[in-house]
Amino acid sequence: MTVVVEERDRSVLTRVQHLLHAQATIGPAVVLLTSVIVFALLSERFLTPGNISLILQQVAVVGTLAVGQTIVILTAGIDLSCGAIMVLTSIVMAKVASETGLPGLPALLLGFLVGTVCGLLNGMLVTRLKLPPFIVTLGTLNVFFALNLWYSGSATIRGTDMPSLLLFTGQTFTVGGTRITYGSIMLVLLVAAMAFVLKNTAWGRHVYSTGDDLEASRLSGIRTARVLLSVYATAGLIYAVAAWTLIGRIASASPQAGQTDNLDSITAVVIGGTSLFGGRGAVVGSLIGALIVGVFRNGLALAGVDVLWQTMAVGVLIIVAVSLDQWIRKVKA
Amino acid sequence: MTTPILQATGLVKRYGRVTALAGSDLELLPGEILAVIGDNGAGKSSLIKALSGAVIPDEGEVLLDGSPVSFSTPLDARKAGIETVHQSLAVSPSLDIAANLFLGRELRRKGVLGSVFRMLDRNGMRDEARRQLDALGIMTIQNPGQAVETLSGGQRQAVAVARAAAFGSRVVIMDEPTAALGVRESRAVLDLILQVRDRGLPVILISHNMPHVFEVADRIHIQRLGRRKAVVDPKSISMSDAVAIMTGAMEPPG
Ligand SMILES: Nc1ncnc2c1ncn2[C@@H]1O[C@H](COP(=O)(O)OP(=O)(O)OP(=O)(O)O)[C@@H](O)[C@H]1O
Ligand SMILES: [Mg+2]
Repeated sequence: MTVVVEERDRSVLTRVQHLLHAQATIGPAVVLLTSVIVFALLSERFLTPGNISLILQQVAVVGTLAVGQTIVILTAGIDLSCGAIMVLTSIVMAKVASETGLPGLPALLLGFLVGTVCGLLNGMLVTRLKLPPFIVTLGTLNVFFALNLWYSGSATIRGTDMPSLLLFTGQTFTVGGTRITYGSIMLVLLVAAMAFVLKNTAWGRHVYSTGDDLEASRLSGIRTARVLLSVYATAGLIYAVAAWTLIGRIASASPQAGQTDNLDSITAVVIGGTSLFGGRGAVVGSLIGALIVGVFRNGLALAGVDVLWQTMAVGVLIIVAVSLDQWIRKVKA
Repeated sequence: MTTPILQATGLVKRYGRVTALAGSDLELLPGEILAVIGDNGAGKSSLIKALSGAVIPDEGEVLLDGSPVSFSTPLDARKAGIETVHQSLAVSPSLDIAANLFLGRELRRKGVLGSVFRMLDRNGMRDEARRQLDALGIMTIQNPGQAVETLSGGQRQAVAVARAAAFGSRVVIMDEPTAALGVRESRAVLDLILQVRDRGLPVILISHNMPHVFEVADRIHIQRLGRRKAVVDPKSISMSDAVAIMTGAMEPPG
């Protein structure tokens, strides 16, 4: 009897494993839904328009970074410098505009250019010097952060000194009582666009394939160095978009902002079901991952749980997500 | 004498203190199946990697249709019409069968969807993949959308072989294409190799399986210690003599 029951259990488990293997985003989506329901039951304030709006604002910056972080991690890389690139570009946009009177649009585009160049530098170091991405971005994290302190003179630039376009991402419109920032709308559009590109273009396939098996991809005629370069450069551009969102969020440009956002973006990607070993995952998952972290922190805070336990909860989520990934990767035919 | 379609002279490849190729030659004539045999580590894979752009030789020359070529990437060789099944198979595990067949040469949709939005013709590639695999008859797959990592070793090999056979336009190179295959599947791959040859494409076949080699090869290139030791005619030499030359137990005739 018991044996039969055990066998049935195992087959259910194997089926779950196969499902998660085919659709990596299902797990995170279930976690998000469950946590929203649980926190809504724990506190009636959780699902109020004001609170939802707060969560969305808190998630927008890290969520945007996580889009860039996702494509890097899909190639089996990692980007520790994303937060530093974001802060550097936010300072460049704001300071150039406020000091030289450059209008909003060129200032923004200049920031996008700086972000792309920073990303390209990471990509060159990874592909030309063949250094591990962890080491490269650990180095450039410090380089970009130092440049940021030097260029800003460690001074914050106030929003009132900037062209209004730079603050646009912090402006809101109201849907059913919930105030939504343009920054979070931009995040959703960015995720949709990246999901489309990854799924429907040859470049997207090459990103997955390069992360999956670099040498096999090279032998199959993929220009893997070019793929990696384009991934790091695109990620840099996306971090510059995050810089725009950041300026809107804090209504200023601060050289000290976003110090832990690099790790938070990695957390979002990992909780979102993307594998740190590359070749598996989806950008929608990373958005869900960022939302899970936001919902956990916010929900636990509303339930009156101390910040330290919120941090603990996020830590446990990471370990669970990575263990799940290990298990899913063992799937057999 | 006919010009070899693919020719290598004096190829040298060193890995640190290991010399994988010590001045190796090779000639592949139009329309032939050239088998390459040799002990483990004799430099067979290194030789065909140099021909397919996977490694850049330290010395020596590769000629395609009599004119020198220097492939710096596998893509260069592929563009010249040389398709290779590597010993490591070179498939991408998390992608599906169709995606692997078309890896690096994806089909795009017709019209703006393809030209502006760069959209892949997913269905087109699936249908074509199914057609190719069915035509080759080396495997029956239910679903070209199945991820390659969920396939058995032999099925993966079939995908790699099918890819080379389907896209080769000048030369097809196969490094131990039957290593992981069962009897029936090996038979199918051998038939496929003959079929490719009958299409007019020359094939380089690396194999440790002497009966296979003697069955399909027009000529046999014997590789030993990083060099070509001899080229023999399978119709005028016995299997045991070929093996003796390969292991160094016997000097090649003539
Ligand atoms: N990437 C590499 N790095 C270091 N040494 C290598 C490398 N590739 C091949 N070699 C060495 O070169 C020699 C020839 O290897 P090669 O793979 O060409 O042999 P082979 O004839 O294909 O053997 P097998 O029958 O086992 O496949 C071996 O001694 C091997 O160790
Ligand atoms: Mg070999």
